[in-house]
Amino acid sequence: MTETAGVIGVGKLEVRTVSKIFKRDGRTVRALDPVSLTIPEGRLISLIGPSGCGKSTLFNIIAGLLRPTTGDVLADGTSIVGRPGYVAYMLQKGLLLPWRTIIGNIILAAEVRGIARREAIARAQPLIERYGLGGFEHHYPHELSGGMRQRTSLLRTMLYERDVVLLDEPFGALDAQTRLLMQSWLLEIWNDFGKTILFVTHDIDEAIYLSDEIYVFTARPGRIKAHIEVILPRPRDQEAVTSSSFMDQKRQLLDLLNDEARIAERQGLMR
Amino acid sequence: MNDPEPTTVVDDDEIAERRIRRCSAIWRWALGIGLVLGWEILTRLKIIDPYYFSNPTTIVNTAYVAATQGTLYVDIGYTSASTIVGFLIGVTAGAVLGLSTWWSQVYGRVSEPYLVTFNAIPKLALAPILIILFGIGFQSKVALAVALTIVPAALAAYGGVKSVDKDLETLLFSLGASRFQVFAKVVVPWTMPWIVSSLRVNIGLALAGAIVGEFIASRYGVGRMILYAGQIMDINLVWVGVVVLSVLALVMYTAVTTAERYLLKGMLHGSQLSTQ
Repeated sequence: MTETAGVIGVGKLEVRTVSKIFKRDGRTVRALDPVSLTIPEGRLISLIGPSGCGKSTLFNIIAGLLRPTTGDVLADGTSIVGRPGYVAYMLQKGLLLPWRTIIGNIILAAEVRGIARREAIARAQPLIERYGLGGFEHHYPHELSGGMRQRTSLLRTMLYERDVVLLDEPFGALDAQTRLLMQSWLLEIWNDFGKTILFVTHDIDEAIYLSDEIYVFTARPGRIKAHIEVILPRPRDQEAVTSSSFMDQKRQLLDLLNDEARIAERQGLMR
Repeated sequence: MNDPEPTTVVDDDEIAERRIRRCSAIWRWALGIGLVLGWEILTRLKIIDPYYFSNPTTIVNTAYVAATQGTLYVDIGYTSASTIVGFLIGVTAGAVLGLSTWWSQVYGRVSEPYLVTFNAIPKLALAPILIILFGIGFQSKVALAVALTIVPAALAAYGGVKSVDKDLETLLFSLGASRFQVFAKVVVPWTMPWIVSSLRVNIGLALAGAIVGEFIASRYGVGRMILYAGQIMDINLVWVGVVVLSVLALVMYTAVTTAERYLLKGMLHGSQLSTQ
């Protein structure tokens, strides 16, 4: 049962029947069944599903770090399979280099591209001020709170200056309050930068609050179970999560995810 | 009758810390001075035999004579120089060797058993060969110091390389970094603490290598001085050599610890590495 919604046509990013099969310990594991997504420019789209449903695998494929068993990934019409560097990718862990200060971490992407340190810092500085990291530039990651570290990590991803941004559960390890703050902060950044964002999460509230569209994934082998358009108007604030339309969508998603969570749990027991 | 003023108690970590530091400093000096004094007194009273164990004043006098009429300074310079040069070459070469294993898993796995085996060989047994190869001069002392330090440094770097967080590598690759960039920006800094932790052991090994080289065949060096003094039964001079070597070891160890702090600036801060 697939509810098709939204724009049909050429997307900023297109995932065409991508699947992935691993062989591990002599056993074949279908991590991802053929999946197709069309991501229109400038939208914030969430992928939600039980753990181990292949969302991270899909991200690794889009990021060019992993080759799909079948299928193709197109960015602006050109294939980017196996070619890293076309999308900005924030991995699940914040992954800050512990021996670099906050500013040193933020300019990492610019440094890799060969931009001079001084210029990279000059470019990053106003954003550091604007996005609440001012005064922390010369601290080391371990001196900051989890929220601050994720901000750093997210800002570094944004400063990679790619049109498409992949965020793999960026707020998963944060406490509930910090998480809410970070969500509003992400919306602000998304608004300012106008990027196309693909967002993986386990959290239904988070998915509805942030996204334009939500793709629901099944338990392993992952495939798309439903595609939902979020009807909350923008700009959204935290009030939105108590509105009745929010509740309706939440109920719908809970129904869709319940069975999958149960299946995923049983798989976990068998492993 | 008034109630006594309630006392306010503020726990001050700094004061407590200062007290512990002062207390341990006093005891350190007291213990050192006590040992030297005890040595002096017990040998004077002939409770322990001053012929074998010498005593502090005699050692100082003998050292003074060796420094003014002998070649003590030259010997100290010679031993220090061969130790430091050998240490630097050994540690650098070892670190490069260990780091190079990152570039190929096959190469890393092939070299591991050889490194471990070579590490287990008592390298001092190679001394005669190295002296035949490099002569009785400076080079053979350096060669011995290198032989002793290169493998521990390589193994330390290899251990560091094996523990590099794969996700950090993935992050750099996702930013479009080349293999060399990943190596320079992730692998080398990640491995640094491992290499640095091997330095303290290695400075001691380098000194041991240099001295054994001097024992076997040399014209200069504190090791040669000790050997010579033993042959002519000048036990006081042997003690001078031992004391000089102890001071030398202490100075080098302190230098390495200082360098360590500089090399690891901002990398550990007392906690282990965490990328979360």
